[in-house]
Amino acid sequence: MATAAAHRTARTKADGAPDTAVDTAAYQHAFDTAVAADERIEPRDWMPDAYRATLVRQIAQHAHSEIIGMQPEANWITRAPSLRRKAILMAKVQDEAGHGLYLYSAAETLGTGRDELLDKLHSGRQKYSSIFNYPTLTWADVGAIGWLVDGAAITNQVPLCRCSYGPYARAMVRICKEESFHQRQGYELLLALSNGTPEQHAMAQDAVNRWWWPSLMMFGPPDDESQHSAQSMEWKIKRHSNDELRQRFVDICVPQAESLGLTLPDPDLQWNEEQGHHDFGAIDWTEFWEVLKGNGPCNEQRITQRRRAHDEGAWVREAAAAYAAKHTGTTGGTGETRA
Amino acid sequence: MTATAPATAALALGDDALVLSHRLGEWAGHAPVLEEEVALANIALDLLGQARVLLSMAGDEDELAYLREERAFRNLQLVEQPNGDFAHTIARQLYFSTYQQLLYTELAAGDGPFAPLAAKAVKEVAYHRDHAEQWTLRLGDGTELSQERMQQACDALWRFTGEMFQPVEGLDADWADMETRWLESMTDVLGRATLTVPEGPRSGAWSAGAGRQGLHTEPFGRMLAEMQHLHRSHPGASW
Amino acid sequence: MTNTDWPLWEVFVRSRRGLSHTHAGSLHAPDAELALRNARDLYTRRGEGVSIWVVPATAITASSPDEKDPFFEPAADKPYRHPTFYEIPEGVKHL
Repeated sequence: MATAAAHRTARTKADGAPDTAVDTAAYQHAFDTAVAADERIEPRDWMPDAYRATLVRQIAQHAHSEIIGMQPEANWITRAPSLRRKAILMAKVQDEAGHGLYLYSAAETLGTGRDELLDKLHSGRQKYSSIFNYPTLTWADVGAIGWLVDGAAITNQVPLCRCSYGPYARAMVRICKEESFHQRQGYELLLALSNGTPEQHAMAQDAVNRWWWPSLMMFGPPDDESQHSAQSMEWKIKRHSNDELRQRFVDICVPQAESLGLTLPDPDLQWNEEQGHHDFGAIDWTEFWEVLKGNGPCNEQRITQRRRAHDEGAWVREAAAAYAAKHTGTTGGTGETRA
Repeated sequence: MTATAPATAALALGDDALVLSHRLGEWAGHAPVLEEEVALANIALDLLGQARVLLSMAGDEDELAYLREERAFRNLQLVEQPNGDFAHTIARQLYFSTYQQLLYTELAAGDGPFAPLAAKAVKEVAYHRDHAEQWTLRLGDGTELSQERMQQACDALWRFTGEMFQPVEGLDADWADMETRWLESMTDVLGRATLTVPEGPRSGAWSAGAGRQGLHTEPFGRMLAEMQHLHRSHPGASW
Repeated sequence: MTNTDWPLWEVFVRSRRGLSHTHAGSLHAPDAELALRNARDLYTRRGEGVSIWVVPATAITASSPDEKDPFFEPAADKPYRHPTFYEIPEGVKHL
């Protein structure tokens, strides 16, 4: 992974140089050639401002999703019904904090510090995945999140391992490797419920009913309504369209649901021999846009908890910084990431 | 050693680990900085791992964790205390992990039934103690506010620390010597953290002393209610 | 108010004995001691390491992409530094 430190001079470069239009054209050409050749762009390389901004926005949103995404699952750590499940859930929620950290590091290589990104999250200027604005009402929701939400996330994320921006691609490789257990534990959890008592089975079915449609929305709006898609595909930040990935996900889930002994809540879902894919029903995009605007069931709750943890932790972070100032000659320097 | 002595001891140690792990798990999503989310979860997972081995020595881990009444739990009252602010959590960690390190070091050196577990756990616990010490130093010798909060936390939990050195049946350890060394360690760490060793009582009236006999504090009942409700709502179910 | 924006550290992990430390990522910590511990928790929680270095991000001096050509291209036309440059008659052993 290129060091986050390395970006500092890159920043000067991007901000100050190039001096002339000729230079810009040359830099742009070098950038385009590298992307076209499937080479990785590294932190200190020249890159178009819009490319940098798009990456910061996307990586930040991804990082925010990891740390907000801890909440719905952490909601069940203290009630996990067996010690084995409790250990698994704790490890998973911990991974999400870790993944948030990897991603903030990747964003940092583009010259935007974590504090700045957290400020934007806390003040609502940057988003996180809308899926986490739905509540986890029963234990089965932990399973449904693992199977469907993590499943959708993995479908989205695997292509990102080949993203044109090096540090992001490398963070995604690490994350995808670690996440493989997340989806499996969710599936296993639901399987145990589905094969369990009638009450457990009903709990599992109810959770799948509630999480299926929001999971499909995780791939974003349909291709013809997606704002950033075309440019991101050109830059190889994105490799497949929203609809393409959504279709892939549906096709993967149908047989998995059958093995689980659970049904997916879509009467229009059926195999289309001609297309070689499953047809599925219309997604309620009104709901999607409402949740995105902040009107989902848990938007307020999630951001309030996040802000409170940050604010209530300020004295701890200050204490550690004060101690370091008193006791160490070596500090990493402060605010260097903003240079 | 009586026939049931290992089971009694396994419950005492296992419940300590189980209950403290649960409390640390409550931090998930609330830690003061993301790096601490990862650190606290690591400690909680180590403790949960210890708890599962220990409870399994005494019976079925889930039956013991989820189906016992409050009065049947044998953990120290210290570990069931609510998290409070970060300073309280760190003080609880410092007090307990130092004790656990001393005890497990002795158990690991012996040839009793807990030696194999202790040999593995003592490495984990050394790290827990180091984590607590690092934060005690930073909070104690950080800002005026953090020093005040850390001192308050140390004072508030002090009365729960005498109980740790009541001998547990089935554990072969020199309890009086451990207590001396524990106090030395506290004097050293708190001193370096520019904190004062609390002066309150550690035994007798107003101090904890009956967790090992199944008497707990009020917050523990609510903690168990939350921990056990789902499991108990589905008798006989598998998860 | 005290600055709470903890500095950035680069983390290098030796995955097993016999291998060199490689860059694993970065993290924030108030000082070196906590940086080391945070790195342990974050980058080796699946047993990925046996040794860790943490370096203040500010201490790293990196070559510039603009100097890429003068820095690295001159090395590209010296094939005689590589063993494959030399032709050895067949049958000659231990070379």
